Amino acid sequence: MLLAGALCGLGPLHAAQDDPLGSPQWPTLRRQYLDGAPVRFTDAMRVRTPAFADDALNVPVQIDGRALAGTGGGIRRILVLADRNPIREVLGFEPLRALPVLAFRMRMEQASPVRALAQTHDGQWHAGGVMVQAAGGGCTVPGASRADGSWRNTLNQVQARIFPNAMEGSRRLRVRVMHPMDTGLVAGIPAFHLEHLELADALGQPWWRLELHEPVSENPILTLELPTAGPQEFRLLGRDNNGNRIDAEVRA
Amino acid sequence: MRRLRVAALLLACAAGAGAQAGEPAPPRVDARRLDYGLQPRQIAPGTWVLEGAVEDFSRANGCNIINTAFIATGEGVVVINTGPSRLYGEQQRRAIARVTDEPVRQVLNLNLHPDYFLGNQAWDDVPTQALAGSIAGMRAEGAAYEDNLYRLCGDWMRATRASPARQALQPQTLRLGRHRLELRRLHGHTPDDLVLLDHHTGVLFAGGLVFARRVPTTPHADMAAWLASLDTLAQWQAQGLFQTVVPSHGPVHAGLLGIEQTRDWLLWLRQLMQDGAERGMDLGELMQQPVPARFAHWGAQPAELRRSLAQWYPGHEQRALGRPK
Repeated sequence: MLLAGALCGLGPLHAAQDDPLGSPQWPTLRRQYLDGAPVRFTDAMRVRTPAFADDALNVPVQIDGRALAGTGGGIRRILVLADRNPIREVLGFEPLRALPVLAFRMRMEQASPVRALAQTHDGQWHAGGVMVQAAGGGCTVPGASRADGSWRNTLNQVQARIFPNAMEGSRRLRVRVMHPMDTGLVAGIPAFHLEHLELADALGQPWWRLELHEPVSENPILTLELPTAGPQEFRLLGRDNNGNRIDAEVRA
Repeated sequence: MRRLRVAALLLACAAGAGAQAGEPAPPRVDARRLDYGLQPRQIAPGTWVLEGAVEDFSRANGCNIINTAFIATGEGVVVINTGPSRLYGEQQRRAIARVTDEPVRQVLNLNLHPDYFLGNQAWDDVPTQALAGSIAGMRAEGAAYEDNLYRLCGDWMRATRASPARQALQPQTLRLGRHRLELRRLHGHTPDDLVLLDHHTGVLFAGGLVFARRVPTTPHADMAAWLASLDTLAQWQAQGLFQTVVPSHGPVHAGLLGIEQTRDWLLWLRQLMQDGAERGMDLGELMQQPVPARFAHWGAQPAELRRSLAQWYPGHEQRALGRPK
């Protein structure tokens, strides 16, 4: 009996040990989001956050996969997951013609690993992540614009600006889209969030694509890196889960 | 005048009441016995401070990061701030009784922050006083303070319940024994910052408006108003109204040191945020930047800087992004 118990414990224990963050949730995350595919843990997929999240509704996260540019044909997409959030999927990012670098803010319900899982064009997964301490509660309280009702006046408005000298080798694009980003976990307030955003040039070519989920913070402010050469004018296109459309001009 | 006060101070110390003046005596915290180890240190005639750690809240320091003080005026004791918990208030009360037989006549909370008033429970039989805006803030935020400090400090908070000051105070001058205590209302660190100027001893109890060797906290701050209040305090110093400053956080010191450090920090922080937003920096990037060497060794670094950035930087970012389309 003792032996059987020890053996039963072995599977998940091993999987958790592979994970440098030692998270008990990792095996199920890997099954659910990667179909159990093999994963290489690597510092080349960087995740930066403050060690402690003072504001659990707005935890700044930066993911940076530039070190994977020469690996497996480069990055096809990046998934961001938070193991211990009630909704674990935070966003999906296809860099396309942009650099594989993204900064955003997210809600955290409790201390949790925050991971970026990058799939290169050869199909291989590369995982980076950090542990974030948090006072928590960020997913189950309404944001400021929901609490005061002001979201109605600003829904899906876009602010955008291109900063040419913020990062070596890129033109930085910062966009802010006004949206309450309701998680559906506050009593009486159904999930209402941005689902899809992309940047298109004048020919309709996409430069990056984002799938956003409930844990992305209210009024998301997103920081992306475009190549230094390229068009000066774009459109930001998207929709939320109620079918409301986003369509705004972005120019240098 | 200055020499007289120093002479009086030396005499008082020679009389041996409380700890010796000079360098701060950090409290000897005993977490097992939940003993803050409060050591009254005399800094002027009839005037003692109970110095907290120059750090952020932690279980190791018992969450005692504040300087409280008391003045034995000859016509009763005036207590300034009551610390972060019921236990602190009780131990403060015993520490005061070890030093003076005078009864405590009133307790002042200089602003609405938790470590200024959560010890009020130990002073139920004495008037507890604060500016009206501070009392309103204590009432509004008391429950959140409890949640936060129980989480951060654990057992040190046992049986603590936020007990806001019971009497609203008007700015005024109290004449008690040989002490003339001027109570003034400034603002900027919080909407209502009470400062106490003892004209008899030349000691300014500056509350949260002045920090020394410790990163200023900003959750209720208005930066422009704060800077203006620092100018006011500097004028008082130039007029000779005080020589010694008791800040709520950081060592007791002479002259302008804390006023200038606080101003230096606020101006640097404002510039950092304005420049960062115009360069397109993200909040997370700004949080990771090293601070200049002159601030690097200050208490509560980098936690307090990150809190201020999380609070204020999004406003700068939004302005830098321009009008919505």
